[in-house]
Amino acid sequence: MTATVTTPAARRVSGVLSKKAVVPWLFLAPGLLLALVFKFWPMAKGIWLSFFDVQPFLGDQWIGLDNYTRVLTDHRFQDAIGHTLVLGIGQSVGAILLGFVLALLLEGQARSLKIIRTAVFLPAVTATAVVGELWRLMYYPTSDGLLNSGLHLLGLGPVQFLDNPDIALYSTVAMGIWIWAPYNMVILLAGLAGVDRSLYEAAAMDGVSLWQRLRYVTLPAIRPALMIVLTLATIRGLRVFTEVYVLTGGGPAGSTDVWMTRAYTLGFTRNDIGGASAASVVLLCVTLLLTVTVNYLRKRGDAR
Amino acid sequence: MSAPAIEPVRTPVPDAKSLAAEARRTTPARFDTALGWSDRPGLAWTFRILLCAIALGIFAAPFLTIFSGALTPNPSGSSLSFLPHDSTLLNFKVAGERGIWDYLGNSLVIAGGGLLLQLVVCTLAAYALARHRFRGRALIMLLFMMTLMLPEEVIAIPLSLVLGDVPVVHLDLKGTVWGVILPLGAWGFSVMMLTEFMRDIPAEIEEAARLDGVGELRMLWQVILPLCKPALGVAGVLGFIMIWDQYLLPLIAAKDPTDYTVTVALSILRTDPEVGSGVVLAGAVIALIPSLIVYLLLQRSLVTGIAAGATKG
Repeated sequence: MTATVTTPAARRVSGVLSKKAVVPWLFLAPGLLLALVFKFWPMAKGIWLSFFDVQPFLGDQWIGLDNYTRVLTDHRFQDAIGHTLVLGIGQSVGAILLGFVLALLLEGQARSLKIIRTAVFLPAVTATAVVGELWRLMYYPTSDGLLNSGLHLLGLGPVQFLDNPDIALYSTVAMGIWIWAPYNMVILLAGLAGVDRSLYEAAAMDGVSLWQRLRYVTLPAIRPALMIVLTLATIRGLRVFTEVYVLTGGGPAGSTDVWMTRAYTLGFTRNDIGGASAASVVLLCVTLLLTVTVNYLRKRGDAR
Repeated sequence: MSAPAIEPVRTPVPDAKSLAAEARRTTPARFDTALGWSDRPGLAWTFRILLCAIALGIFAAPFLTIFSGALTPNPSGSSLSFLPHDSTLLNFKVAGERGIWDYLGNSLVIAGGGLLLQLVVCTLAAYALARHRFRGRALIMLLFMMTLMLPEEVIAIPLSLVLGDVPVVHLDLKGTVWGVILPLGAWGFSVMMLTEFMRDIPAEIEEAARLDGVGELRMLWQVILPLCKPALGVAGVLGFIMIWDQYLLPLIAAKDPTDYTVTVALSILRTDPEVGSGVVLAGAVIALIPSLIVYLLLQRSLVTGIAAGATKG
């Protein structure tokens, strides 16, 4: 490869090599260009703006970390951190548990099971905005709303699912679980399909209980799938936006405001571009940190 | 659609796998599933049917209320049910008067154009990453992976500024479909998955074609792509679902509400005091049907895609 560039033959080789070296970049160019303009440039711009007091006609003023201290000391943002955690952890844990139960229930080769799996997966392929409208109607606050009429049969009064500040956040968690449990089910089913069947047989010969079989055979075998589901859920939970925005819009009284809906309001409704950028950068840093940590733990876990 | 390269889980030793398959054929069904479900009528069998019915009731039945509500004359929360009482298309007519078909048109143009661009861009990038060796390959791979960590939510505010004034060329993409289509072009997931798939194509096939004097573009178009059909199917379905689910991007790329996609436009219908929830549900049906069709037609590639994408990380 590293021929001296004196002979004509060698020069021809290096000419071919350089042409060959250009080709992959031609293929990569459209993707890199789009990623640069619509992902990395906005990211850089966001970081840059987060240090400024952005004023449309007066010019931007460098204010250092003021935006960050302002955002982090704002009590509505502090509340939003709590809501994001409740929502993220609640819907992640709920969707993983329910997804696991669904996967155990719907595991198998029968045709009827495949049809049921197709139907159960519907929430995951439906646009979030449509899901939001659906749940708004299910949560209809009068006693003849869909869920409330069910509660009425049980003799329970109508619940103000989305209008009561104490309940709205948990209503949003329930919708999140509903959306993501089927998605987790598919990944966990793929994990279950890879479990060595002879282990089940061996376990049966050793006369272990069903619980022990799940605990010592199934769970260790699907650990990688569980870790992936957990990673995806964590990152999704942090940047949750659309679910909350379409279901409650952050209300009532900010009781469902999460980090991103708060940043959105700050940036687009209140025109505080600098503050909203700072909030986004904080979220970006936390996401990066979390992804790296989880990946590190995952690799260490795999090595063990 | 036989796609040996996108198996959900890879077994390292092929012998063990065929042995396990052999064992599955000969052993009773109770070793096939983690819970050892029986497929013969009995207590466990009945229990399973009951649980399946509950699962269907929770996850699938609510969709029936969307359809029945859309077909019921002027329903509210009170008259929602799983089956329409006396059906009418009035709600769709009112939704049409509120411009729902224009919004659907926006959605279809964006989904079609966005998906086409996404597939072309990601295929080109994947071809270079999978079939060429060049300096900086790992770095480029990392860059595409990072695009997945920069979703619209996190970069919404600066992206909105960029869409209004694209750097260097100073174009205003706001209010055009390009404002939504172009940011969807480079999707890290498709690049990863297609790269992974193309890498498994044997080098001999490529070498034979090279001896025949096949150039790069023909190599991709006539040799590699026909072998990638299953992976392209997966990228297509997942890409469509992802684009159809976009909410924030069409919202910030719009100049005024007439630029909205049908999913975003649902909020306009909802806040319109003159229409009832039946009209909102008619809009929801219209927003739901395209993704439903794609899912039901191609659900196998979608499910294998999610599983493959997940297990390959």
